[in-house]
Amino acid sequence: MTTATAETIDDALLKKRLDKAMFRSRLRAFLLVSPLLLFLFVAFIAPIGYFLGLGIWDSTFHNHMPKTTEALRDWNSISEPDEKMYAALVADMVVARENRTIGKVATRVNREKPGSRSLFTSSARKAAKLEAPFKESLPGVKKNWNDIAVWQAMKTASRRLTPGYYAAALDLKLNSDGSFQRQDEKRRIHMILMLRTLQISLLVTLFCLFLGYPIAYLLATLPARTSNLLLILVLLPFWTSILVRTTAWIAMLQSQGVVNDLLVYFGITDDGSRYSLIYNKLGTLIAMTHILLPFMVLPLYSVMKGIPPSYVRAAKSLGATNWTAFWRVYAPQTIPGIGAGAILVFIVAIGYYITPALVGGQEGTMISNTIDDHMRKSLNWSLASALGGVLMIVVLTLYWLYDRVVGIDNMKLG
Amino acid sequence: MALPAYAGWGERLWYYTFRFLCFLIFVFLISPILIVLPLSFNVEPYFSFTPGMLAGDAEAYSLRWYRDILTNGMANPEATTGWWADVWNNAQWVRSMRNSFFIGIFATIIATAFGTLAAVGLSRSEMPFKKSIMAILISPMIVPLVITAAGTFKAFSLFGLAYTHIGVILAHAILGIPFVIITVTATLVGFDQSLVQAAYSMGASPLRAFFKVQMPLILPGVISGALFAFVTSFDEVVVVIALGSVEQRTIPRQMFSGIREQISPTILAVATILVIISIALLATLELIRRRGERLRGVTPT
Repeated sequence: MTTATAETIDDALLKKRLDKAMFRSRLRAFLLVSPLLLFLFVAFIAPIGYFLGLGIWDSTFHNHMPKTTEALRDWNSISEPDEKMYAALVADMVVARENRTIGKVATRVNREKPGSRSLFTSSARKAAKLEAPFKESLPGVKKNWNDIAVWQAMKTASRRLTPGYYAAALDLKLNSDGSFQRQDEKRRIHMILMLRTLQISLLVTLFCLFLGYPIAYLLATLPARTSNLLLILVLLPFWTSILVRTTAWIAMLQSQGVVNDLLVYFGITDDGSRYSLIYNKLGTLIAMTHILLPFMVLPLYSVMKGIPPSYVRAAKSLGATNWTAFWRVYAPQTIPGIGAGAILVFIVAIGYYITPALVGGQEGTMISNTIDDHMRKSLNWSLASALGGVLMIVVLTLYWLYDRVVGIDNMKLG
Repeated sequence: MALPAYAGWGERLWYYTFRFLCFLIFVFLISPILIVLPLSFNVEPYFSFTPGMLAGDAEAYSLRWYRDILTNGMANPEATTGWWADVWNNAQWVRSMRNSFFIGIFATIIATAFGTLAAVGLSRSEMPFKKSIMAILISPMIVPLVITAAGTFKAFSLFGLAYTHIGVILAHAILGIPFVIITVTATLVGFDQSLVQAAYSMGASPLRAFFKVQMPLILPGVISGALFAFVTSFDEVVVVIALGSVEQRTIPRQMFSGIREQISPTILAVATILVIISIALLATLELIRRRGERLRGVTPT
């Protein structure tokens, strides 16, 4: 009896010690990873979160027009603006002009109601000289201040948390009462852009599959010595700079380029009517297929190399034709490779920037190029962020799918 | 996959058609890279073959674009003294090359150090949340570059890191990390943990056990990971466009604006040099792989 109790005490003690030791070794493993995790969190995840936050959080109006924001909070958006609101607006405009922030405010409201930019900049110039009652004197400067739509736009702009940019990215219009409405047919540019991006990525993925499957099969079935040699032909492009390959395709496909020269030489077309193969969607497709082809061939090849040739032989000995043996026995075993390659190519393709920017021309640009345009040219970071958020959702879904199909820890290079 | 002796004519036809198709695909893969080489010796400022080049006329070939790599941007290309110093300090392409190597090397060091350490931790069986952490560490490879560039630009500006070398180096290190993680964890899969325990039992400190026992065995993975990280940085342009100013111009950045603004065969000459560099890298990687196979006793069949 006593010994049994001692044993249970020992057991408990042992279990406790074991738990402690396990905890310590877990902690040690985690500590090895933690510097990198911390670094990635600070320099990568937080910045991306910050950037994506710009698409739903805009404090421009709130920060630079504090009194107006306060006054607008109690307003019901329907009744006529009262003197208190006008006074707050004028006071804010005087300060904003002194701080040179009126331009930012004007741009912000202009996004909610196009055409109201000059209303702010020109009124702010005279705001300091205005006298009460401002409800009379401000519309004296610009008649539009009587327009209730301007006040509604300001009210929308004064909310810091705004779905407006995501709405714009999805070609929706945000009404002042908070409801959404589809843009006019002619102004649905982002939908066209996203569909085109999806279409190009899908086509590139298909082309890569059609071109990659045969050579992966050839590489997997040839003797190792020959296949290693041929593998270099796949790896060399993989290791060559994307800029070099894009440049090379310009040299190949331009109207005075090698391909057109050959076509003229063989009499397929005449010198006067050379094909335009680049600076359009076709150029983007060709160059991107070339650049992403190794991403398809390498996973396919590693899957195909693991398929024992005896399966196909067995099928044939049981009377299957070559066709049946391939489609019923060999091809199903390559599906994991197809999945890995296709998702990888699609993920990389959908966020592609350089090649479409250089050889895409007008009709071959993709969503990344537009995001970049909004950041650099129109300086509309909020819309860039909203478009980026949409792109991120697609990419992360695909990443999740990749993990389900292939498993992230099974990712291989070369 | 040799053709068996009993194959019928249909099978023979298909066999040769398939080989021909594969040949065409290989031509598609490799011809753009090969076409760059002769075009970079063009005497004319064109991106296409001149009749003289096709006829094999020696006059139609020249090294003028290679000379242009050195002289473009020089203060005084005609000077007799201090010519090389001028090239080193002022030539556009040489400065870009210096930036590329400077940024690439430091980004590689950061990515490899952090990445190897993390991979060692990740490959321990007791590591908690292994899958989710792996997913986070691989994510820089998956996130579209434009978003990475935008995020790092916005956040780095807050700390005065935008338009600095440090900013670009940090961003490139992030992009290189997934490659280090993937290659090093792959070599660690076959690693025998009892070797480290043996070292501990003989009194080695954890640091000594790591550097003397584990590191030499996983070195091939670390080196190929580092090469991947370097090439990623060396080839990267989207982040450099966002985060870098003229002072941080790298070779791909210079090529990018070169293609957009004034397309000249100098770009082809640079491309040729880059192709040669990538051949050298590929050969290094192949040597590492062969060495690994030899050490593990695997012989190519």
